[in-house]
Amino acid sequence: MGSSSSISSAHLLRLYDRFESLDRDNRGCLSPDDFEALGGLAMNPIGGRIMEAFFSSGQDTVDFSSFVRILAHFRPTDRNRNKEGAQQELPSSRTRKLKFAFQLYDMDRDGKISREELLQVLRAMLGLQVTEEQLQSIAERAIQEADLDKDDAISFDEFKKSLEKTDIDTKMSVSFLK
Amino acid sequence: MATLWRFTLFLCMLLMACGGLSLASKEAKTRSSQTETGTHNTTEEGGHGAGPITTLPIVTWKWDHISVQYLVALWVLVCWLCKLLIEANHNVTNYIPESALLICSGFILGGMIWGADKVQTFSLNPTVFFYFLLPQIILDSGYHMPNKLFFTNLGAILIHAVIGTCWNAASLGLSLWGCHMGGAMGDLDIGLLQYLLFGSLMAAVDPVAVLAVFDQVHVNEVLFIIVFGESLLNDGVTVVLFNVFDAFVSLGGGRINAAEIIKGIVSFFVVAFGGSLVGIAFGILISLLTRCTKNIQIIEPGFIFVMGYLSYLTAEMLSLSAILSTTFCGVLCQKYVRANMDESSVQTVKYAMKVFANGSETIIFVFLGISAIDKVIWVWNTGFILLTVFFVFVYRFIGVFFLQWILNRYRLVPVELMDMVIMSYGGLRGAVAYGLAVLLDEKKIKEKNLMICTTLIVVYFTVILQGITMKPLVMWLKVKRAAVAEVSLLEKITNKMFNHTLVAIEDISGQIGDNYFRSKWRHFEEKWMTPFLMKPSARKKQDDVFDVFHQLNLKDAMEYVTEGERRGSLEFVRNDSAILDFKKKLESEYTEAMPDIPPYMIHDDGAIRDHIPSVSLEMHEQTMKAMREPEAVDVHHLLDQHLYKSRKQYRHGFSRSDFKINRDEKEVQEIFQRTMRNRLESFKSAKMGVSPPKTLVKYSKKEQQEKVKTKRGNKHTLPPFTDASGYDSSYPSFSMRATYRPGGGIENPAFMPDLYPTDLLQEIPPWLAEGEPDSSMVAPSLRAQANLPNSPMEMHRLGLLPASTRSTDTKQMNNDQLPPPPTPPPPPPPSGHM
Repeated sequence: MGSSSSISSAHLLRLYDRFESLDRDNRGCLSPDDFEALGGLAMNPIGGRIMEAFFSSGQDTVDFSSFVRILAHFRPTDRNRNKEGAQQELPSSRTRKLKFAFQLYDMDRDGKISREELLQVLRAMLGLQVTEEQLQSIAERAIQEADLDKDDAISFDEFKKSLEKTDIDTKMSVSFLK
Repeated sequence: MATLWRFTLFLCMLLMACGGLSLASKEAKTRSSQTETGTHNTTEEGGHGAGPITTLPIVTWKWDHISVQYLVALWVLVCWLCKLLIEANHNVTNYIPESALLICSGFILGGMIWGADKVQTFSLNPTVFFYFLLPQIILDSGYHMPNKLFFTNLGAILIHAVIGTCWNAASLGLSLWGCHMGGAMGDLDIGLLQYLLFGSLMAAVDPVAVLAVFDQVHVNEVLFIIVFGESLLNDGVTVVLFNVFDAFVSLGGGRINAAEIIKGIVSFFVVAFGGSLVGIAFGILISLLTRCTKNIQIIEPGFIFVMGYLSYLTAEMLSLSAILSTTFCGVLCQKYVRANMDESSVQTVKYAMKVFANGSETIIFVFLGISAIDKVIWVWNTGFILLTVFFVFVYRFIGVFFLQWILNRYRLVPVELMDMVIMSYGGLRGAVAYGLAVLLDEKKIKEKNLMICTTLIVVYFTVILQGITMKPLVMWLKVKRAAVAEVSLLEKITNKMFNHTLVAIEDISGQIGDNYFRSKWRHFEEKWMTPFLMKPSARKKQDDVFDVFHQLNLKDAMEYVTEGERRGSLEFVRNDSAILDFKKKLESEYTEAMPDIPPYMIHDDGAIRDHIPSVSLEMHEQTMKAMREPEAVDVHHLLDQHLYKSRKQYRHGFSRSDFKINRDEKEVQEIFQRTMRNRLESFKSAKMGVSPPKTLVKYSKKEQQEKVKTKRGNKHTLPPFTDASGYDSSYPSFSMRATYRPGGGIENPAFMPDLYPTDLLQEIPPWLAEGEPDSSMVAPSLRAQANLPNSPMEMHRLGLLPASTRSTDTKQMNNDQLPPPPTPPPPPPPSGHM
């Protein structure tokens, strides 16, 4: 499974059961149709993107280890409680979560969120009465706020910096994966 | 110089008031033992028929008639004057919490009175405290409780309230008794049961004190809600423990057997649940009542107070927990009351509650100070007092740490160590403990005065000492403070994306998260409670964004008017250098609000109409100075308005006006349809190698849309300038036309399919349109070109036109319902309890 995801065996068992139930034609791996069968996912504005995240590196099936590896991104982190009481998590897990989020934006995997990519996300997540100009102005402003080196795109570091006040751990964790 | 004058004036008033009080007290003493303020048994028999008169008196001194009332009013005035004096200087209140200063003022006042009378004439009477001063504070807490935060952390709160308080009581009582046995306290006539009784009254964390101290510290909300919730809910335990041990003390040690103890435990459940049920019943009653009070909007707010007070008294009458009852009454009714009542009534309730709660709090603290100046109660026993203080402090820490350590294993986000320190340190005792101590029966408890004295000392220790050191401690320990409201756009978008992501992950992994129960409750609530408790018209308006939108419009309009008046005229509206969008909105809003403004005030500039329309009507932060940055605010607001809702809503934040979050079927459909179309398109384009042709922008006339929105917004107000009913009658047909697209904005009444080349429409549905901002692609019909509406009056005319049947969205156009668009983040929290 890799050292990154040291999920307990009880959880793994549960996830395996789920994997099997999703895998309708019992091929031992999941295809896009299996995901689409999940009604909730179709209702999700970014359901498509999340699906894409599972099918990394150009494959069109997901085996169990990849399944778990992606889900492991959502484990709550173990906080180190040191004397100062400052919020300290393992830095790598926060970075990993941020990386996952970043990849949800950055579909072409070029390491930067361009304005077009941001626009696509916005279009997906915003209601229909928002016009194109409004979307553009939102995207423009978002990039302006976050873009520090003025290259008109948001790199991963800029992304991380603009989210440093956010409590990523709460926002990107599910409790049952502890 | 001015401050000096003010200061001397207040001092004079205070002295006069105290002089009046001593005079009054002298008079009162000569009558009877009237040492209570607020008891309403008047001494009328003394006033009437006061001896035979010999001539007709022109004026008479009628002190006796009104002595009680006069004293009450005078005391209230004096307490509030103290607060006024204290708040005059912010430098001091930064370091010392107001409650501590109020207690000190109480000391001074008590000293003055004692100097005049040599005896204590006024003190915090438990009757007055429990029946006249406490209920409004609790009602205010319940009504303004952040429900989501409260119920999310309810488990932790309950564990701390019940088990923590029991632990506090037991440990304190037993340790003191142990020390007594060990001889550390000298010669005291207190038995084990009495120690336990004392422990139970000392155990309770006090909501008034907690609010007062945490108010200025602004710790993070989870920490606050756990401590505050605990202070409210532990009343159930305190009442039970106090009554049980009081009864045991009366029964005497010999008669206590297992049956009595079991009865004690049972009584806990009865008292706690009974109290909550009474509160819930009254909450439902209030909601039902506000459903029908449309015609008496003037006294509508009064119902909340009366019913809230009745819930307190009813629970008290049934010997249940009154604080629990009032809390849950407020918690339950807040949402429905806010929806049912008219806006001005809601504001009235909010402000009146704050006045009562704050006023009561002030009076309580001043009287806590005054009560100290009484020679009778000062029985000093070093061991008892010091040991009590020590044990109270230490056992609180032990209890909190232990319980929270256990709780942390089951929490997604564990409470940190430093937060636990503050939680323990924030276990303040206050007036409730003192009130209970005074209620002790001195025939059964010989050392009542010692207990009162100790209680007062513990209260002073916690409120003054711990209150003063709380803020430095929080800063020193670097405890997480309340979140700053300002978020960047990217954060907002990403937060939303996280929500959607989590929902998707929960779907994929097939696990039921805690929002399963939340969504179940929401379904129950939507299906059963809302139709029962909420007015039908209010149910329609339930979307939060509309609410916020509407509030902001109101606020903006008023700010605009004050700004205009300040500048002498509305001349600046014509200022060309102003951002055109801004001006456009202002005009449309302004003419809505004041229809008597002649039409020539409306800027009739054809060039403006073609410009990129403004994105939102939020002018909340747009003062004249900030006009440079309207875009920033617009964009934020736009985002808040239009983001889709996800299922999982993890919203912290003290939104005093609680935004309901519910899922809309139509939004789901919309997303689904859009996704399918997208896939279809990509499939088609992959097959045929063409990209979907660009079509038109969805609406031809944005400005009309804005105006429509404004009208819709203002339609539901009681604008300060016009009469609401006048509005309702003049735009009756309008509401039919102004339909909402699901999840979207208002259907443009001016939408005519003539505007669009119909063949394009039939191929590409509008929602797929990747519109261009170029309005030159719009081909307006002749009819539209002829009379382009540029004022609301003309808009009205347009609105009467029938909806075209050639629209592709017939089913949506006929939809009258307002779906709830997504919620914006809550507004920055108002400063605490004030």
